[in-house]
This record gives sequence, structure tokens and C-alpha cells, in this order.
Amino acid sequence: MKMLLVAEYRDGKLLANINELLGFAAEMSADIAVFLVGTNDLLPKFQGQLYLADVGKHLEYNPDSHKALLLQVVEKELPDFIVFSHSSYGWDLAPRLAFALGVSQISEVVAVAEGCFVIPACNAKLRRQVKSLSLRTVLTLQVGAFSAIDNPDTLPTVLPIDTDEVPHAHFQGYEAAAQGGVDLTKAGIIVSAGRGIGKPENVAIISALAKALGGEYGASRPVVDAQWVEHNRQVGTTGQSVAPKLYVACGISGAIQHLAGMKKSEFVVAVNTDRDAPISEIADVLVVADLKQFIPALTEKIRSL
Amino acid sequence: MKILVCMKQVPDMESKFKLSPGALWYDTADLAWRMNEYDEYAVEQAVRLKEQVGTADITILSIGPDRIKETMKKALAMGCDRGVQVADDVAWAKDPLAIAGIIAEYARSKDFSCIFTGMQSQDRGSGQVGVLLAEMLGFPSVTTIVDFTHENGEYLVKRELEGGVKAIVKVKGPAVFTCQLGLNSPRYPTLPNIMKAKKKELLTIPVEQLQKTAPQQETTRIFFPEKKGGGLILEGDIPALADQLIKILKEKTSVLA
Repeated sequence: MKMLLVAEYRDGKLLANINELLGFAAEMSADIAVFLVGTNDLLPKFQGQLYLADVGKHLEYNPDSHKALLLQVVEKELPDFIVFSHSSYGWDLAPRLAFALGVSQISEVVAVAEGCFVIPACNAKLRRQVKSLSLRTVLTLQVGAFSAIDNPDTLPTVLPIDTDEVPHAHFQGYEAAAQGGVDLTKAGIIVSAGRGIGKPENVAIISALAKALGGEYGASRPVVDAQWVEHNRQVGTTGQSVAPKLYVACGISGAIQHLAGMKKSEFVVAVNTDRDAPISEIADVLVVADLKQFIPALTEKIRSL
Repeated sequence: MKILVCMKQVPDMESKFKLSPGALWYDTADLAWRMNEYDEYAVEQAVRLKEQVGTADITILSIGPDRIKETMKKALAMGCDRGVQVADDVAWAKDPLAIAGIIAEYARSKDFSCIFTGMQSQDRGSGQVGVLLAEMLGFPSVTTIVDFTHENGEYLVKRELEGGVKAIVKVKGPAVFTCQLGLNSPRYPTLPNIMKAKKKELLTIPVEQLQKTAPQQETTRIFFPEKKGGGLILEGDIPALADQLIKILKEKTSVLA
């Protein structure tokens, strides 16, 4: 079995997610080659061939030319699988490649079973097992689903590639994340509000518990999108990744993007009326209760300790 | 300017899911249905674009059984001008390529200058349909947009990347955009607009007329994930629950010390 793994550059740095793709390939005992639009200065560490295109010419985001470059490599390597991370780069580029090759793409793979790929369904409440019917298959792997491997002392053999494909989408640069505000990464205790808080007035319930515990309050994405809590308190893939001693998830169902940002917490308490919510999978304690009643009662008792 | 919005009806994700007989999908009985959350942002952005350019015609397209018309009416009440239901009782079983193929077959040679979709559906979540549709039509596409501006047929959008960083991308129309949560604030339909929506055209096309792309993958089973770790589940009376949790926090953590 042969796999072509796709590494990523972001803001001049090689992203570590290539190590998870290497881990996946090792788990599958696959022969590998790696594709990267990057530079010679920062290379992924593995033994084998690296097809390298110049990021100065092809930019970090330029799906038309990255697709054209990948097609060249697929033609040479004839891989059974072309593997991306299910990242903003991967989910954008993978379907373009799959379509150009006329093959299937299976998105956000979390496991392999019976020659099929397992992916989440319905906000991770269900799992779906999918079989590819095409000669090759494009995969995107859920971030964190496969163990990363790190070979600190190995370097690949570099094969330069190039194309003169004319892009249709023009990358103008990055806009940095909003700065300032609250550094949740240093908080020892975080109480987070999810959609289940119901209305903006209830943020006060969450912040009151955080204060009683001597911690900070955070929020999941829907609460930030609704502008009930400012973005600099968002926990998750597009916010902050936290690792407190105690994380209290209030009315948070547990989308993978949120779990990715808080699963390193030492102790997780979830308060949710839905005992099937995915957050229950990683919670040490799940309190099945209406948070609007439970959290104020808890806060009161903690204050009087 | 002609605008197309692709929308999917999905179950409320808070639902208690059951597996369908044969375990290839969830049981669709007894579920509350709503508009795929990401698609609400797609509809809203289309309506805002129409408001900006003055004259535009927005088609809302959805694939599925008769019940999807209810959700399509919400999109019409939000400001879409006409609806196209591609009638398909087994849309749930179709892979992203087949779904994109159906939409492309409809959209080809209809002169759309801008197409919006959600970045993914909440139930299948492949995140592929918008991009595949664009590739089929030969349009450029930008995924996961959280900001959108339009000027003279040119679009300046921001893609959401990891860690709160955004990539700024400029693209010329016709183009496809897949919408991320937070792109805008989707409006609630007003009562007068709900009444007006009832008079808007809602065309039904049998899927057989548009179905030309063969699937490349199939579902072999659907199942509930195993509960890992076996965390403790507390239920019951509120004051007692609070006492129980405090006891556990004292035993298992140092936060109340």
C-alpha cells in the first residue's frame, strides 16, 4: 500500500500535523511519499521522498497551483491513498484533488475498520463506516485522531517540483488573531459557557461560578458567534487551547473543535441535560441537570465553603 | 445578478438519535427538522449581497423529500426569491460527489454569478459539496469564509484558519463560497415576510432529471461511538448534586483546597 501525505506550511512554519499523517501511515504499514509547498529550510522529518514546491512562488494558499502540483506527484507515485489533515488547508484542497482524479474523498477519518474508514456523523453523536469504491482514495484525518510520530534525526530526499498553473483565487495575506484580553492558557480553573446557557444574560451565571472557584470563564464557538462572550475567551480549534486543572463545561455539547481545545484539562466536569452529548465521552463527571438551576446552587455552596 | 444558495434540511442535533433498520443511516421518524446551521449564514449572505447590489434574484435549492419544503420556506421568508426542490427520497444515501453532480446539473448554463453553501452539513459533514460543485462548474471556490465583501464582480473574503487567524483571498466571479459560522447574523423571518414567502415560486424537479454522476463511496454501517473511560454520571435533586460534585472535586482535584 502506498500513501502520499500532504504537509502544510503556515506563516513560514511547517505545521506539526504532518507527524499525525506519518503516524497514520505507520499504523497502516504503508509506503510513503510526502508533498509540501514549503522551503528547504524546514522539512518534515521522515525517511523517504519529499516532493517540494517553492512556497515563495506558489504561496501557502493557492489551491489551483497546489492541486496542479499534487496531480504531477500522483501521476508519478500512483498512491492508493492521498492523505491530508482535516484542517483549513486540507478540507479546502482535498475535494479539488479528488475531483480532478475522479476518485472519492472520505472526510475527517477517526479510525480504520474492516477495510473501511470511520467518520463522525451528526455532530459526533454517531459514527459512519464508509467504503471507497474508487481506484485511489483521498482522505482527510481528524486532527488528534491518530498518534503523531516524531523522527528527530531523519531527513527526506528532496525532489523539487514546479508548475505554471495560473491561480483563480488570489491570496492577499493573513489577518492575525485578535490580540489582548484573557489568556486562558494560563488559567488553572476554567468554567465555559456553551449554547445550552440559552441567553446572553446567563453568561453571568457562568462567570459567577468561575469567580467563586478563583478561575476564569470561557465559551464555546456558538456563544462567541452570537456575541454573548468576546472572542478572546473562546476555547477550541479557532480559539485558545487550554489545559487547566479543572474545566467545567456548561451546556456545551462537545463538538470536536471544542474538545480539541480542552481535552488536555486534568479534570473535566460537564453539566448538560443531554446525557448523550459527545462531551460526556471525555468528561470525568457528567452532571445531568439544567445548568440554570444547578450552577447557581453550586456557586452558592462553593462560596460558603 | 443571479445568486444560488444550496441548503440542506437536517435534524435538530440535540435530538435523541436512533439507527434506521439496516443501520445505514439514522431513523428519520420523530425528529425535529431545521435548516443546516451553516446554510443559515449562506442564505443571509446571499440576501445581504442582493441588498447591496439592488437588483438580484436568489434561488434556494435543496435536495430531499417533501418535508424539506418547510425549511425552504424559511429561506424564502429570509429573502430568497424562488425555491427549487430536487425531489429525492433517498438523498440521505448519496455521496458528496453525487449530490454536487445534481446541483451542478441544475446550475450549469443558468448564469449564476455567485453561489453560497454552508461549509458542511451538520449530519454528514463531509465539507466537500461546495468545492466539488465549483470544480464541476469550472468556478473558483473559497471555503470557510467568515467575512465577505463584493465590488464590481470581485469578491474579497476572509477564510477562517486555525487559532483565530484568517486568510484574505480575492476572487473574480462567478464563484462559490462555503460559509462558516459567524460570517454574519442570520435574520429571523418577520411575519409579513413569512406571509409573502407563501406566494413565492417553489418548483419541484424529480432527481432523475439531474442525476448523472455515479457515487464513489458507500456507507457500510452507522453506529453509536463506544463510551470511553466511563465518566461518572450524576443525576437527581439539585442541592444534592451540588454537594456530590463538591465532594468529588475535593477528593479528585486540588481546586477547592
